[in-house]
Amino acid sequence: MEIRELGGKQLELDEDGFIQDPAAWDEAVAAALAKTEGVDEMSEKHWKLVNYLRNYYLQFQMAPMIRKLCKETGFKLNEVYELFPSGPAKGACKVAGLPKPTGCV
Amino acid sequence: MPTPDQPEYYPQHDLLKPPAGPPQSDWMDTPVDFRPGSYIYPGKAKNLKILDLPHARDWSVTDADWQLPADWQRTVLEGMADRLGKYRSFQIFMDCCVRCGACSDKCHFFLGGGDPKNMPVLRAELLRSVYRKNFTALGKVLGRIAGARELTVDVIKEWFSYFYQCTECRRCSVFCPFGIDTAEVTMMGRELLGLLGIYVNWVIEPVANCFRYGNHLGIQPHGLRDTFDFMIDDIEQATGIRVDPPLNKKGAEILFVTPSGDFVADPGTYTCMGYMLLFHELGLDYTFSTYASDGGNFGLFTSHEMTKRLNAKIYAEARRLGVKWILGGECGHMWRIVHQYMDTMNGPADFLEVPRSPVTGTVFENARSTKMVHIMEFLADLIHEGRLKLDPARNDHLRVTFHDSCNPARGMGLLEEPRYVIRNVCHHFFEMPANTIREQTFCCGGGAGLGTDENMEMRLRGGLPRGNAVRYVQQRHGVNRLAAICAVDRATLPTVCDYWAPGVQVTGVTELVANALVLRGEKPRSTDLRGEPLQTPTAGESAHEGPAHD
Repeated sequence: MEIRELGGKQLELDEDGFIQDPAAWDEAVAAALAKTEGVDEMSEKHWKLVNYLRNYYLQFQMAPMIRKLCKETGFKLNEVYELFPSGPAKGACKVAGLPKPTGCV
Repeated sequence: MPTPDQPEYYPQHDLLKPPAGPPQSDWMDTPVDFRPGSYIYPGKAKNLKILDLPHARDWSVTDADWQLPADWQRTVLEGMADRLGKYRSFQIFMDCCVRCGACSDKCHFFLGGGDPKNMPVLRAELLRSVYRKNFTALGKVLGRIAGARELTVDVIKEWFSYFYQCTECRRCSVFCPFGIDTAEVTMMGRELLGLLGIYVNWVIEPVANCFRYGNHLGIQPHGLRDTFDFMIDDIEQATGIRVDPPLNKKGAEILFVTPSGDFVADPGTYTCMGYMLLFHELGLDYTFSTYASDGGNFGLFTSHEMTKRLNAKIYAEARRLGVKWILGGECGHMWRIVHQYMDTMNGPADFLEVPRSPVTGTVFENARSTKMVHIMEFLADLIHEGRLKLDPARNDHLRVTFHDSCNPARGMGLLEEPRYVIRNVCHHFFEMPANTIREQTFCCGGGAGLGTDENMEMRLRGGLPRGNAVRYVQQRHGVNRLAAICAVDRATLPTVCDYWAPGVQVTGVTELVANALVLRGEKPRSTDLRGEPLQTPTAGESAHEGPAHD
């Protein structure tokens, strides 16, 4: 388990770079995580996606279905990949501070 | 730049190169090579703690020191002795192999990767050699000459590598003249590693989630409700029908249990929507459960004890809700557990009734003890009795092949029912070559807890035999859809197909059924459940008298 400085905090990361304590997340952390995903500047679109995921996670303690994410944010799946090249689960969810999904997924 | 956890990292010609041949050194002297893309991350301490498992610690596979507990050799050998006494099968599998080699070229990982230690016979020797050294007179006296060796740290690392490069699919067992269940050898190897706190996180985190929330993904009741609400809207948009799938309904006749992956991950979600539509059309008195919210049981990839712990929830929930029997969805390893272990683990489930279809009256004698019926058995019976109004032309845009999921095929012999169902809902169905289907089906390469991304090279290599067979029917018959009855398949085969047979998408069988199902009061249908256009749009059915309601 790696400890890294992200957005001015010392945070524990797993092997894929997901933060281990979702409560430690804030916008500065998100911006720093985005850089690890090759997103140097968080645009309004990036924030729209990340904030939706973050709020969904806070309410339901899980990531939404990808189709729901697309429907409610108005982004098509290929647009999500344009924003976060690793995709909705490993890219956008990581930046939003969600845990990595596991199981038959 | 792609990374080793992404398929793009691996040029296809690299993975198609013939293997370099066996290493120069003897297999006992060849240490394991942990390169990125070939191994899975270890189980995190927090997950072991949730499950009260010993020796929880955070470590890395590439660490020289795996922080093994003090006296670890004694722990493993005592664990082995204990299991040899407890499981007669394990004792037999350790003793009776004559190394004939019939299994050696049957493993998808060996075929796709060429590593001799992925020949099932040699994978089992990794364990047998230690067994011989410590539990047989010949091995104690003759040592290496008798194929015996000491238990060292390198052996533990080797076990970790190769018992997590086995998907417990049991294709090799089909060819073993002694009927050695090689999956059970792997299971024992994993159990022994577990005694040292060694697991992979892709298995142990789902287990920890399942233990607390009833499903691998950690979906809580309100999350499942929200997910269902989305599906209900989606179904209405496609069909004009508003379904109302019950959750935790006490006194329902049937408890329906299916893998949680199909609640949230495409393309499994369409299969889940298919269940909802089917049960709605039948007017079935059933319920989903937020507690028995996963048919999957990664306990099977951990230990027998853990399998039992997680399997118990399905029956506990059946008792709590007061249902008569259990219907199970398109899950893979759930059916191996139900068919081969449940009866003596948590059964017999005498408090339930022998399953009887409320629609056709058929009694499922085969489920007399476990009280659990497979959705393909249930569907095949409905179709056979003419209780579904089906329009296969609605699947005419699909050219379908069927991947036998390892556990339903080899673990319960479910070979005809899915084919019977598919032939009744699709006009274009094509089989892959005979030695890649039915009992000889090739694994997706991601089962038994291997379906993560950090071992992507192994998944792509292990997926080659299946991918190659898919490619064959794609080129010969224009197949564009691969049907499978397992959520691990639906999660991992899209990657395999994208890599080895691009253009073929993956589906559940119930999704195909739901596409073809003519529903009372449906609107004119121009798309399938995925929103893809039908070849011939339908006029819709305002109030047909379907045979299901005669």
